[in-house]
Amino acid sequence: MPRSLVPPAFFVERVTTRCIKCGVCVRQCGFSVHAQAEPYGEVVSTEENCVGCQRCVVFCPTRALRIMENVHSVRQHPNWTAGVIHDIQKQAETGGIILGSMGCDKDYPIYFDRLALNASQVTNPAIDPLREPMEVRTYLGSKAPRVEVKRSGVTFRLQKPMPIGIKLETPIMFAAMSFGSISKNVCEALAKAATELGTLFNTGEGGYHADLRKYAANSIVQVASGRFGVDKEYLEVARVIEIKMGQGAKPGIGGHLPGEKMTWEVARTRMIPKGTDAISPAPHHDIYSIEDLKQLIDTLKEVTDYKKPISVKVAAVHNVAAIASGIARAGADIITIDGMKGGTGAAPKVVRNEIGIPIEVAIAAVDQRLREEGIRDEVSLVASGGIRCSADVLKAICLGADAVYIGTAALVALGCHLCGKCYTGKCSWGIATQDEYLSRRVNPELGVKRLVNLVNAWTLEIKEVIGAMGINAIESLRGNRLHLRGIGLNEVELKVLGVKPAGESM
Amino acid sequence: MLEGWVRIPSGCAIAGIINQNGQAFSGEMIARAMTVMHDRSNGLGGGFAGYGIYPEMKEAYAFHVLAQDKTGISQVDELFKENFTVILKEPLPTRRTAGVAGTPFLMRYFLQPQKENADADQLVAATTLQINKHIGGTFVLSGAKNMGVFKGVGYPEDIAAFFRLDEYKGYLWTGHGRFPTNTPGWWGGAHPFSLLDVTLVHNGEISSYGANRRYLESQGYHMTLQTDSEAIAYACDFLHRRHQLPWEIIAKVFAPPHWWEIDRMPAEERELAVALRRTYGSLLMNGPFSIIVGFAGGMMALNDRLKLRSLVAAQNEEWVFVASEEAAIRAVCPEPESVWYPKGGEAVIQLVKENVECHAA
Repeated sequence: MPRSLVPPAFFVERVTTRCIKCGVCVRQCGFSVHAQAEPYGEVVSTEENCVGCQRCVVFCPTRALRIMENVHSVRQHPNWTAGVIHDIQKQAETGGIILGSMGCDKDYPIYFDRLALNASQVTNPAIDPLREPMEVRTYLGSKAPRVEVKRSGVTFRLQKPMPIGIKLETPIMFAAMSFGSISKNVCEALAKAATELGTLFNTGEGGYHADLRKYAANSIVQVASGRFGVDKEYLEVARVIEIKMGQGAKPGIGGHLPGEKMTWEVARTRMIPKGTDAISPAPHHDIYSIEDLKQLIDTLKEVTDYKKPISVKVAAVHNVAAIASGIARAGADIITIDGMKGGTGAAPKVVRNEIGIPIEVAIAAVDQRLREEGIRDEVSLVASGGIRCSADVLKAICLGADAVYIGTAALVALGCHLCGKCYTGKCSWGIATQDEYLSRRVNPELGVKRLVNLVNAWTLEIKEVIGAMGINAIESLRGNRLHLRGIGLNEVELKVLGVKPAGESM
Repeated sequence: MLEGWVRIPSGCAIAGIINQNGQAFSGEMIARAMTVMHDRSNGLGGGFAGYGIYPEMKEAYAFHVLAQDKTGISQVDELFKENFTVILKEPLPTRRTAGVAGTPFLMRYFLQPQKENADADQLVAATTLQINKHIGGTFVLSGAKNMGVFKGVGYPEDIAAFFRLDEYKGYLWTGHGRFPTNTPGWWGGAHPFSLLDVTLVHNGEISSYGANRRYLESQGYHMTLQTDSEAIAYACDFLHRRHQLPWEIIAKVFAPPHWWEIDRMPAEERELAVALRRTYGSLLMNGPFSIIVGFAGGMMALNDRLKLRSLVAAQNEEWVFVASEEAAIRAVCPEPESVWYPKGGEAVIQLVKENVECHAA
């Protein structure tokens, strides 16, 4: 085989005076970068295998390692960047599609970072979250068009029962990540953390492992185009059923879990033979139109006796507002909009990086459209794809979301360093892998603690910030774009986001 | 820059007096109560609502209309002619008062809907909103049966003198003194706000305004003034007239119990509380406020749920008083039988006794 023209993406720098040749790096690396001929012998590195995940750096007991990005692999050029040149070289060598994992890594504007939040001064007081209750509880599901009450003496009674509502103690949920794309330990940590937090996790499209069904009261199960793992019990145990029409990281295409990752456990959960490829078609082959979607929504409601809210998840694409309107009218109770920065276990890089629109503009457009049509209350809106911190959550809610999903952020809490090689199944952090040796690195109990800490910390920050705004209930923030101001955005962007520029008063 | 082009936060003084027996009393009394709260206003807005003030015309819709110019008045005339019979059209009586300047045209109409069986209230509400939205510089101070709103730019006591409030008698009066923190106020932007017989005086600034506003807009209301008070007034109309909810329930929408309180409620009560928060969460009025909502036959006074604005209530014989300050009450009733400070979110709802003559509804 001729020598590859693609240089290593990273250099491994080993300070030999520090290295004690203990072999930790050899064992920690899932990509076989480090090697040792004999115990306590010389450690050598195969740099072209390195993905920059930093596992060895973190675990080296003597801090002898540095992983440095190879920034000088090509002559600097504004158009022909290293990424562009290396992709061409890879494709010239293989003739294949370039894969990528996690979210879009192209330098698009991050609208969240160009929106500033408001606070109270003088004319209304800020509310101190240490002294006053700050409410972030959120309900998902369609709302009744009105409440009818009947007086009985001095009290009142509800006349008609409300549609089913799902109570979240914080408006942050764990996004869909399937067993298969991530390890069972990670699935368990997410499920248990959601239960402790009073929020929901999402099984993704890979079925629902029997061992994790004890957390079903906090589960959203997906019905995706591959229908993996879907049976009556799967639907009945769930709190919410989500029809996955699309994913922000790869709008318009399906999924592919290679047979090598199809361990017997993954296969059993997905209800397919061991070792076979699990292919999710690009479309649902029974949904070629909005009326077909309505049929599936109705079918799922019918088989679950109208006890489960139905969510429909779509990728944020150019016409997302009209699509969402159609979904609301098709009878969905929740619409999840997944922005282009959402993560994935595997996607063609061209799809991940080039298709779709950012979640900020998508959620703003959808919320506005649904309000204009007077159907905003018929659905809850969940924003997903690129939520990185509590401020992003707050801004998404101001723009119109009821709640958000976090996927990448949750994985980062468990150790993910965004090397973007999930599709290889070699994850050194033990997250995106089915390898027994690697996946034991995520201790579900410690993982739960880290996830709970993360979401609790964000929730505290949310309370602090809404208190500063003079608000003590999150519903007063929903769609409240007057609490946002745009910085460095042009007039059209401001219009689409429905916010005023910084400096313009109320 | 006219009000309505920009949003103006403001502080304020409010008061309300009701005679439970429906006995009419002079508007001078509410003016006196407002006078002692002079320092809570800054002379950029004062106003009053009187109920039961037009007993001879109680079957007609009384419209108080202001216009910046005569064109506005003739446009209003045209609009009224389409659907109403004008029984009487006259200038609203005023007297020259020091401290009140820049007076717009102020007209009073008594109207009868032409079609008998049509939903007259809906027609009157739509006409009001249409004038406010489409006829520039023109604003309906009030349009309902047997009640009227008097408001303008000035201190409340001057506004009362200007509109000759001492010459009117009603069984319920509310008053407002305004402290806007921006640009000179506009006559239409003073309180009370009204739609049909529901009037609102408001002290505070609603931090949830953006959420409230967008919800009301999606329900077909157009915010002409960009003030939170306008939003509360429309929310009252939406919940009371369109959704037929009683005031006790509306209070629970504006200032709902906290979730920790709801969680401890008996099942039936909890179910209702959750239903209200889920359905009308966008109408939760968050941030500091005290409001007095006047309506045919009664009033409701309410604080935000943290009680971030002052509100005092008192009762003496058949009289019930609410005000921003106790001093205002004692100015007109020195020794009330009881005085209390309603808790945050705890509404004071006082209706005229049933079967009383001037109960207009």
